[in-house]
Amino acid sequence: MSERYSLLSLLSRGLGGNVGWTRVWREPAPKPAYDVVIVGGGGHGLATAYYLAKEHGVRNVAVLEKGWLGGGNTGRNTTVIRSNYMMPGNTKFYERSVRLWENLSQDLNFNVMFSQRGQFNLCHSIAQLDAARRRGNVMRANGIDAELFDREEVRKRLPYLDYSENARFPIIGAQFQGRAGTARHDAMAWGFARAADRLGVDIIQQCEVTGLLREHGRIVGVETTRGGIRAGKVGLAVAGHTSRLASMAGLRLPIESHLLQGFVTESLKPLVDTVISFGAAHFYISQSDKGSLVFGGDLDGYNSYAQRGGLPIIEHTLASAKALMPCISRLRMLRHWAGVMDMSMDGSPFITKTPVDGLYLNGGWCYGGFKATPASGWCFAWTIANDRPHEDNALFTLDRFRNGRQIDEKGAGPVPYAQ
Amino acid sequence: MLRLSCPICGTRDETEFVYGGDASVKRPALSVPDTYLWLEFVFYRDNMRGRHLEYWQHVQGCRQWLVLERDTATHEHGDCRLASETEA
Repeated sequence: MSERYSLLSLLSRGLGGNVGWTRVWREPAPKPAYDVVIVGGGGHGLATAYYLAKEHGVRNVAVLEKGWLGGGNTGRNTTVIRSNYMMPGNTKFYERSVRLWENLSQDLNFNVMFSQRGQFNLCHSIAQLDAARRRGNVMRANGIDAELFDREEVRKRLPYLDYSENARFPIIGAQFQGRAGTARHDAMAWGFARAADRLGVDIIQQCEVTGLLREHGRIVGVETTRGGIRAGKVGLAVAGHTSRLASMAGLRLPIESHLLQGFVTESLKPLVDTVISFGAAHFYISQSDKGSLVFGGDLDGYNSYAQRGGLPIIEHTLASAKALMPCISRLRMLRHWAGVMDMSMDGSPFITKTPVDGLYLNGGWCYGGFKATPASGWCFAWTIANDRPHEDNALFTLDRFRNGRQIDEKGAGPVPYAQ
Repeated sequence: MLRLSCPICGTRDETEFVYGGDASVKRPALSVPDTYLWLEFVFYRDNMRGRHLEYWQHVQGCRQWLVLERDTATHEHGDCRLASETEA
């Protein structure tokens, strides 16, 4: 088992040349059977295993990962965390997530580098400002911090944006959530993995699920590239590929897989000490601790599983960056990447039992999976352990479409690109 | 950048087109009262990894609706035909 980290252990190893660090989690061979098998070793799967072991005492758990830990969307996001959601079903869930984030480093004994640097959602029209005011009021009524700034206040706090007469989308105000921020995505995956491993969870990498074992209509395990593994319950946490795994159980879902791109620039001195969302296009910006500016863009726009972004969105994203912050126009781009998103038909996720006994579903994260990770794992673990949803994920069901109870934050109708 | 072969205009950049989604999804006849079929039509998708038939409209060209066969895992694409021909 990995040692517990402390100031003393860091100091002694640091001064001793950083030798003698031990492996952080085991690499066990799969056992023939587990109480619970979680498919997907990203943040959501690892968090689910951790909370199953910690909160519910279910420790005979395996997490199966086809590649390496956090190698899917956990490593392909833009690390923004916020809880500025308005619709019943979303508001409290995402706030639970931010609260879990606030104590996550202590809880996991691993520094996830959560930095509550705040987030500005810029408004460029009176209508947008009114909508932001309404959203802020809903947040505050739910005990979540939200502030509304006018143009002068935004200008005072973010002097480097374009406030000129020529600005294509003049900034007239912003909604601000001070407790929003960023975290280190890999650290979160490693922290959950290490903490789950310490509680006895088997984390099995290079183990791809190729089928589901079914007896009398019930899912009783998985077929994998490393043999069959039986399980009392199977949880899917494979966002991006949820449709494929669910189809193994004969389920068809209200999800399409789409590409979402992220970008980093070369490093520069501290400039952006917060997170800024452009209100006129799908674009937002923050600065990493290494100094790179991190950009988030829009969907490529067509179904894809390719994890490879196209050029038109690069151009669109950089045009948005330059419209918002002309001062960075000569900055060079370092990398871009694309993740495969589960885009659900109302923009909201699923944490739910499925119509198939023994199979539980976590997916449909659209643009917002990273920030949700702790609450997603917490609620999914609760749902698996108790065989019914917790109050905070009770509306994230599959049959909400049948019942006309979509959680459509954007009010966009049945499209696979809603917020 | 995808380069799509419009049967009318020739090979053009994807930026001239808009995507119209899964072309295997068919709207039920308006007289169908079964809400399950409508639910499937509006919300549910096969979301294939691999061969995918999909609509594109050449909005900055001939404005025709097209049906493209494309692989969602590799982005390789083949046959591109007028929707009016494939669905006649």
